[in-house]
Amino acid sequence: MSRWFDLAFALFAVPALVAAAPLQYGFGKAATAEEIAGWNIDVRPDGAGLPKGRGSVAEGQAIYDRQCASCHGTFGESNSYLQIAGGVGSLATDQPMRTTGSKLNYATTLWDYINRAMPFNAPQTLTPNEVYAVTAYVLNLSDIVPADAVLDQDSLPKLAMPNRDGFTTKHGFMRRDGKPDTHNTACMTNCVKEVRLSSEIPDYARGQHGSLAEQGRGVGTAAPRPVAAESGLDLAKAAACMACHGVTDKLVGPGFREVATRYASDGNAESRLVAKVKAGGVGVWGAVPMPAQPKLTDADARTVVQWILAGAK
Amino acid sequence: MPGRIRPAPENHLPDAGRRGLLRRAAALGGALAAGAHAQADDSLGKNLPPNVPEWSRTLGAPILASPYGVPSKYEASVKRRESPGLTRTPQSSVSFTPLQNLFGIITPSGLHFERHHAGMPDVDPHQHRLMIHGLVAKPRVYTMDDIARFPSVSRIHFIECGANTGMEWGNVAVPTVQYSHGMLSCSEWTGVLLSTLLDEVGIDLNKAKYLLAEGADGASLTRTIPLSMALDDAMVCYGQNGEMLRPEQGYPLRLLVPGVQGVSSVKWLRRIKAGDAPFNTREESLHYVDLMPGGVHRQYTWIQEAKSVITAPSGGQVLLDRGYHEITGLAWSGRGRIRRVDVSTDGGRNWRTAKLQDPVLAKALTRFRIDWKWNGEPALLQSRAVDETGYVQPSIRQLRAVRGTRSIYHNNAIQTWRVDATGEVGNVQVV
Repeated sequence: MSRWFDLAFALFAVPALVAAAPLQYGFGKAATAEEIAGWNIDVRPDGAGLPKGRGSVAEGQAIYDRQCASCHGTFGESNSYLQIAGGVGSLATDQPMRTTGSKLNYATTLWDYINRAMPFNAPQTLTPNEVYAVTAYVLNLSDIVPADAVLDQDSLPKLAMPNRDGFTTKHGFMRRDGKPDTHNTACMTNCVKEVRLSSEIPDYARGQHGSLAEQGRGVGTAAPRPVAAESGLDLAKAAACMACHGVTDKLVGPGFREVATRYASDGNAESRLVAKVKAGGVGVWGAVPMPAQPKLTDADARTVVQWILAGAK
Repeated sequence: MPGRIRPAPENHLPDAGRRGLLRRAAALGGALAAGAHAQADDSLGKNLPPNVPEWSRTLGAPILASPYGVPSKYEASVKRRESPGLTRTPQSSVSFTPLQNLFGIITPSGLHFERHHAGMPDVDPHQHRLMIHGLVAKPRVYTMDDIARFPSVSRIHFIECGANTGMEWGNVAVPTVQYSHGMLSCSEWTGVLLSTLLDEVGIDLNKAKYLLAEGADGASLTRTIPLSMALDDAMVCYGQNGEMLRPEQGYPLRLLVPGVQGVSSVKWLRRIKAGDAPFNTREESLHYVDLMPGGVHRQYTWIQEAKSVITAPSGGQVLLDRGYHEITGLAWSGRGRIRRVDVSTDGGRNWRTAKLQDPVLAKALTRFRIDWKWNGEPALLQSRAVDETGYVQPSIRQLRAVRGTRSIYHNNAIQTWRVDATGEVGNVQVV
């Protein structure tokens, strides 16, 4: 192979290129310094890759409140996404809080990630100074740097992160021939004396994944089962109503029994609620809108509403 | 003929006509003909012998009714699904492969599980570039045309998310194999061996020890790849099951690191940088690290150890008949080939060795099957994989003894499905 290519290059390639670059195939083009500079954005724990710049906690707060707080919470407390503040020192406890502050080993990684991937809806739009500032503020939210801190390319890699020593590579997962940490044997007969059931799916979770009947193939070894008459509760589970509503308690939307209580003396509630279930609505129970449910048939919506208004029992 | 299995325990079928039919069928004693459920009118039987079916008495659709081709409308239930409440945004989320409905070892490209970290970008292949730089003699930029000119290989490999089965470390949380094991897929991948590209650019074998792989998505997702694996069998892929990669799988170019947790097979691959130390990226310090008892995280936990799961009968299905049932499932190992799969129907007391379906390939899904006669009594079905290193898939008890219940990743425990006396199959754990 290489001999053929050598010959090919000797005959057809530009001699200077062959001399300078022992490329076997020669496809593509040399990456220019400018091209590399534009894409070479990663930052290593030793600070390699950090651009010059600086930013303060105060500057970071202004940017954070504008561009980050809607997802991460004003104080970085939102656990809807990865929680970014709090939990420092909790990892060894029975209730570990996995946050940016409690887990991260190097502040450079935080800089790298904000720079490449944040804000979520507009990544790579912050300037280096802004990234230093937001990094400083996020670290301040976990009390890793003081409120008057200013970070730059020299100070950032030197920051002592609380979980700096919290990682290990002493395990068998880094190599194909790594050593496993469990040692089961392929016993074939009388392997255990007693089999004890330790866990099964809890009742409250049984409907969370929708109609399992719909998730099998309808032919071959997966024919459908005959189904008993459905209750409003069955329908509510299958239509994923329970993703937002509890039977008794408010989740995202009101609990079904709260709905029943509110409309107990309203004779027209059934028709109105059927229409509302189908079309969606907002305002009665708060600012979070209920999405329209166009897939629910009128008959099923009525069954659910009747069940709710009857007390959701 | 295999015993019939039907899906679903507690839920209903939402289509009213279908329910009506099923009620009627139930009234008739539950004797449902296979496929008859799809009919929603009162003509049950008119297409059955001795009558001639209507599709035999009419002209069918012409060619190119669907130029690309889509599954039969009767297969509409076979699709990827998300697990409600698992993630907050659909852009940084995961959808699961319906393993319960698939045959053999190849995952149809449209059913390959999805995991995006900042949504799925729409990459123009004409403007996509792969840059290789760092500790190399000749940093290069390649177009897709350039990549396609290199000598190519096609190989069958699985991709499993490191967090597959991660919801079940502490207790049972999900009802079916789609949710418990569906961050797992297997394709025939076509592309260039990464070693070919690294040779071409003159990787510095004295200094370079690790690569950084970076995607072109909004996350610019980055992962550290050890050079040993990069030079062994890692691929830069553009083909999947005979076609170009699907957008969900990184169109037009992705990395594939066989046997390693899926996040390392960086999608929309745009940059490879050779370095002398691991890069400690966000996806290997804040995520994809395994919390151990005592509070220390294992970092760079790349390998997916041997694992198996029975896909039929599995959670959410119902055994309709006593007698013969084929138990079938999938086994795989990130360390090589599957050597053997054993199956227990009594919760692990006794085991029998299953048949492995050829081909049995390294770091690929392997299909296993074993005969079973269900006597109508409750049963606990388990499968246990042994790979070519001799490693035996562990029990959940053995895993917890070492790693606790909070490590999220790398749960390769033996899965248990309970068949109860009514034939319903549910997800359980035994100790």
